[in-house]
Amino acid sequence: MILVGMLVGDIFAVFVLHQNASKVGAGLTAAAHAAVAGDSKGVLASFETTGGLLENRGTKVDTHVHMIAFGYLALMLAILQPWVAVSEETKKKLACIFMLGAGLLPVGVFLIHYVGLAYSPLESIGWASIAADFGGLMVMVATLGYLVGLGKRFQLKENVQLRDNLLEDRSIAGRILLAGGLSLVLLGFVHGAYYAGVDLYKHEQLDFSLLSQMSAGATANDAGMVDSALGQYAQLGGDKAVKIAAHAHAIEFGLLAILLAFFQPYVRFRESWKSRWVWVLLFGSLLLPVCVLLELNFGLLAGGLADAGGLLVIIALLAMWIGIVRYTGEIDLAVHTPEETR
Amino acid sequence: MLGARRLLILGGIALALLGMGYGMWYAIFLEHQELGSIGGALEAGFSASAQRNAAAADAALKEYRELKYGYDRHVDVHGHWIGLAMLLILLGIAYDRVEFSERVKLFLATGLLLGSFLFPLGVLFQTFSHDSGPRGLAVMGSALIIASLGGMTVGFARARKSV
Repeated sequence: MILVGMLVGDIFAVFVLHQNASKVGAGLTAAAHAAVAGDSKGVLASFETTGGLLENRGTKVDTHVHMIAFGYLALMLAILQPWVAVSEETKKKLACIFMLGAGLLPVGVFLIHYVGLAYSPLESIGWASIAADFGGLMVMVATLGYLVGLGKRFQLKENVQLRDNLLEDRSIAGRILLAGGLSLVLLGFVHGAYYAGVDLYKHEQLDFSLLSQMSAGATANDAGMVDSALGQYAQLGGDKAVKIAAHAHAIEFGLLAILLAFFQPYVRFRESWKSRWVWVLLFGSLLLPVCVLLELNFGLLAGGLADAGGLLVIIALLAMWIGIVRYTGEIDLAVHTPEETR
Repeated sequence: MLGARRLLILGGIALALLGMGYGMWYAIFLEHQELGSIGGALEAGFSASAQRNAAAADAALKEYRELKYGYDRHVDVHGHWIGLAMLLILLGIAYDRVEFSERVKLFLATGLLLGSFLFPLGVLFQTFSHDSGPRGLAVMGSALIIASLGGMTVGFARARKSV
């Protein structure tokens, strides 16, 4: 799901989102100019087109985000399976319900833009939305089942200690990933808190005042005033986008680093090389959000460095993947008794 | 399984359910209507400008501001509850590697769980009131999260190299 979500996100970004963003900007410009010209019908037409573009963009971003989030949640629930005190049969059913729901929701969201309200029994919600909501309900039912199973495990008098070599690993690489990953999450949080405290209300106020300026310019038939507000509005959009992207990327890379800590025993490299790749991953994970944040001031230079950070993360992930491919099964053999392995 | 780990895992899954339930409720009963109203208000503002009606344009844009303010917060609440829930579950799984006494670990886990619940709740309350109360709740929640995460980071860094 994570892979499909990322792939879908890339395809949307290349073929839809970037073109769409410039069309949305052009739509707002057209609406403002139509207002200057006193053309109410032109305003209506521009907003209808822009509304469609925004729906197209929003549903595609939601599809991408939900797929990846469900993938992460599925991985975490998979790690928790030994602690879920229900029968194997029930576990399988819960997993099927979860995966079906997790598949149905993004597909439903994706189709919202294309299906619209066709044959819908409801006034404002179409069949695609209904399917997406049903998918969400399935995920919730399965997650509730896991919660009940975990609760039952904790109520057991004989609280069996489950051993898992992956969770017991205490290598240096795993430790750096855990501490580094959590530091990235923390950094993302601190930045998010700063953004909420310092920029968010300013941005919201500026959004309103720039739209008011466009409106006032149009009422006064002052195209220069409208164009100036439109230019500042585009800059505001860029400022918001980089700050939110920096916040989200730091936290997501942090979560990825924490998850990777569990898989370090399977990475078949010498400890020194494992540590090197971990540092490359963490450095790239820090470089990308910091440089994204600097893009507004330093333009392409910061953008290039941010891309380099992303590339470092990819290279480190690839190296770890190669390390896992080299793994020959010694940890799994070690958990079996000699009788079992004979 | 020890108390702090149990708290993080069970609390995390419960928080994920809360975030999903809230998101579903919002998508079914409010989101479509709100998005339509946001677009409608913006369009009404520009149409009024085209008709040189400054008062109507101003009123429509003020309606747009209120609707957009609410919409952004509803979406943030859904996203942050689920995102924080996943962090709680993940930290719960790894929590035996935090090198502190069980009492300190329980204290940090309680702080993180409480902050993760309160911070988006404060954001949600902002849709009902623009007073400083909901903002204060959100700030308190996020401060709890940041302090707890800081403590846990130190705990992970202190972990012994064994096995």
